[in-house]
Amino acid sequence: MNDNNTPNDWLFEITPKNKFFSLNLKEVWQYRDLLLLFVKRDVITVYKQTVLGPLWYLIQPLFTSVTFTIIFNNVAGIDTGTVPPFLFNLAGITVWNYFTACLTGTSDTFKANAAIFGKVYFPRIITPLSVVISNLVKFGIQFLIFIGFYIFYYFQGANLGLNGLILFFPILIIIMGLLGLGLGMLISAMVTKYRDFSHLIGFGIQLLMYLSAVMYPMSLIKDKLPGYGWLVEYNPLAYIIETARYMLLDVGEVSFLGLSYTLTVTIAVFFIGLLVFNKTEKSFIDTV
Amino acid sequence: MKKDIILKAENISKQYRLGQVGTGTLSHDVNRWWHKIRGKQNPYLKIGETNDRSTKGNSDYVWALQDINFEVERGEVLGIIGKNGAGKSTLLKILSKVTAPTTGSIKSRGRIASLLEVGTGFNGEMTGRENIFLNGAILGMTKKEISSKLDEIIEFSGCERYIDTPVKRYSSGMTVRLAFAVAAFLEPEILVIDEVLAVGDAEFQKKAIGKMQDISREGSRTVLFVSHNMAAVKSLCTRGIVLEHGNIVFAGETEDAIEEYLNFDNDVSSKKKYNKSDAPSSEIIRLLETEVISESFENKSDYFISESVGIRIKFEILIATDDLVLGLNLYNNEEVHILSSHQKDQNLNYDVGIYQTIVWFPNNFLSEGIHFCGVAAMSYKGIFTVHFHDVNKFCFNIIDEISIDTARGMKYKGKLPGIVRPILNWDDIVCL
Repeated sequence: MNDNNTPNDWLFEITPKNKFFSLNLKEVWQYRDLLLLFVKRDVITVYKQTVLGPLWYLIQPLFTSVTFTIIFNNVAGIDTGTVPPFLFNLAGITVWNYFTACLTGTSDTFKANAAIFGKVYFPRIITPLSVVISNLVKFGIQFLIFIGFYIFYYFQGANLGLNGLILFFPILIIIMGLLGLGLGMLISAMVTKYRDFSHLIGFGIQLLMYLSAVMYPMSLIKDKLPGYGWLVEYNPLAYIIETARYMLLDVGEVSFLGLSYTLTVTIAVFFIGLLVFNKTEKSFIDTV
Repeated sequence: MKKDIILKAENISKQYRLGQVGTGTLSHDVNRWWHKIRGKQNPYLKIGETNDRSTKGNSDYVWALQDINFEVERGEVLGIIGKNGAGKSTLLKILSKVTAPTTGSIKSRGRIASLLEVGTGFNGEMTGRENIFLNGAILGMTKKEISSKLDEIIEFSGCERYIDTPVKRYSSGMTVRLAFAVAAFLEPEILVIDEVLAVGDAEFQKKAIGKMQDISREGSRTVLFVSHNMAAVKSLCTRGIVLEHGNIVFAGETEDAIEEYLNFDNDVSSKKKYNKSDAPSSEIIRLLETEVISESFENKSDYFISESVGIRIKFEILIATDDLVLGLNLYNNEEVHILSSHQKDQNLNYDVGIYQTIVWFPNNFLSEGIHFCGVAAMSYKGIFTVHFHDVNKFCFNIIDEISIDTARGMKYKGKLPGIVRPILNWDDIVCL
């Protein structure tokens, strides 16, 4: 009847396991509209029925920066060089916030979406991807406020300099997003079976912040705690934060060795995360 | 002529672990992993029993589906029927890629979209219009497809006035209508539907069933339809498969499949014979046989709503007695206890021997659907004693019909809810 009706012209096949590694980019592309709609949903619904609306995006980093400035710079006396401590902290926090938002947002992908995943199929990776992208919008808004303060301090006569490497800043943010996504996917897969990880993630992120050079320059920890400096030096996030500050404020140092290390770790984590995520998406609904 | 197979399931099996998943699985996981790295088979695949929820098993693992094989041709409307827990929903979940089979594979030549539950992913904060796009995209439509059908969808839902209001302000009925409207305009090659018709008010039900019929009549769309509603299966499906305890026990014509479904199980059928060993009994009475019969005293399981249904009860008296009353309970398929009845106020003297009685349900009394009966025997002249009660129910099916002789009449074709459906007298209308 049909000439093309040979046994091998199946459109797709449902099998117990995915191929060892399959990022079905074609399928993700087919569902690109869904990705955009998820991003839109995330952005517009977060602050519906609030008076301040998107202003909440700004309040949190500002207050945190003020607190950090008082505690770490005024009380503990951490030296930020020629850069105003507030701006130093704001830069670190803005970048760090993007990472935490990506990580926490993606790490409960399966648990939070169990109801919808249990009813209908679409490439599951769409959900964590949409988290990373919608947080990019939030990051953009927070970054604008940073620029605002930057200009303010500039006209106050603070000694501020942009670095030529600023052109690579978007790449740095993408690396950070990928690292958060990879780690988040890894954890989300494990949370489906062992809820222990969702408890871990909350305070784990807080502890990680202290190891990521958010409120101090990397050189400081090497000076003051030479025995524990390696903890920060092995943390890929520390290099990202340090480099971001170098690009934005021209303070600290940029270590290309450290950055290539970061990039390697990011790629490894991302692909491992993807692998585990793909393996989990097939039957997590039975264990979640 | 070569068949145009659009979907093919080969040896589909699905294993579930009973009890609490999450605790105590770590040791199994480690064991599984240890077998895997040595290149051995998963040790937990071997154990596992058929999934019969009423019997107690020894293993923590059960097979919800076992070696399911079937093929679907293009344009076919396949009904999948079976009792609760027979594996219907598991099969649909596998078909719609929500979960993966433990073994086997499904091959498809078309896009599969599933309607396992309407309104998946609705967001209360967003407006009806925004939700149409979101829900449509979740179901696999592109933005362009949705835009081109937006007006039709809104019109079908009948929520035009509220379309720019957040969905959380909708009544539950409106939400369902909107959700079904989106789903109804899906155009995949293969559509998987799980009893979504039981939503909305009568008017919308009619619309929904009509839409489903249009879809299946077009002939180009392949539909897999799971339902307990035999009338819907009968009117929509071209072929049926019957699942029992995770196995396909029948595949063929819809009518035969329904017949098979109603009779397949010795536990629940329209006729039941008891052995001496397992008969419900006491020292006075033993039940021999129960059977559902028509007005012509023939055993069958399907009855039109305008037919009377008789229940023949055959029993043996073991000790002569004048203190014995038979009773009967009737339930519908939602386990609603519709009525109970017994031989009232009769003076009966039984000698030892075999007896039979028939109890009749009048025509135009029961509503459509499967009904379950259970027989009881008791004594209450002296001490109230129950000899047996509702052991091993048997069943029959009442089929709706559009006829002048029924409560429905000729003109109304929508849903008629209610657990009974007698014809009531409506007096002539009087102008006041």
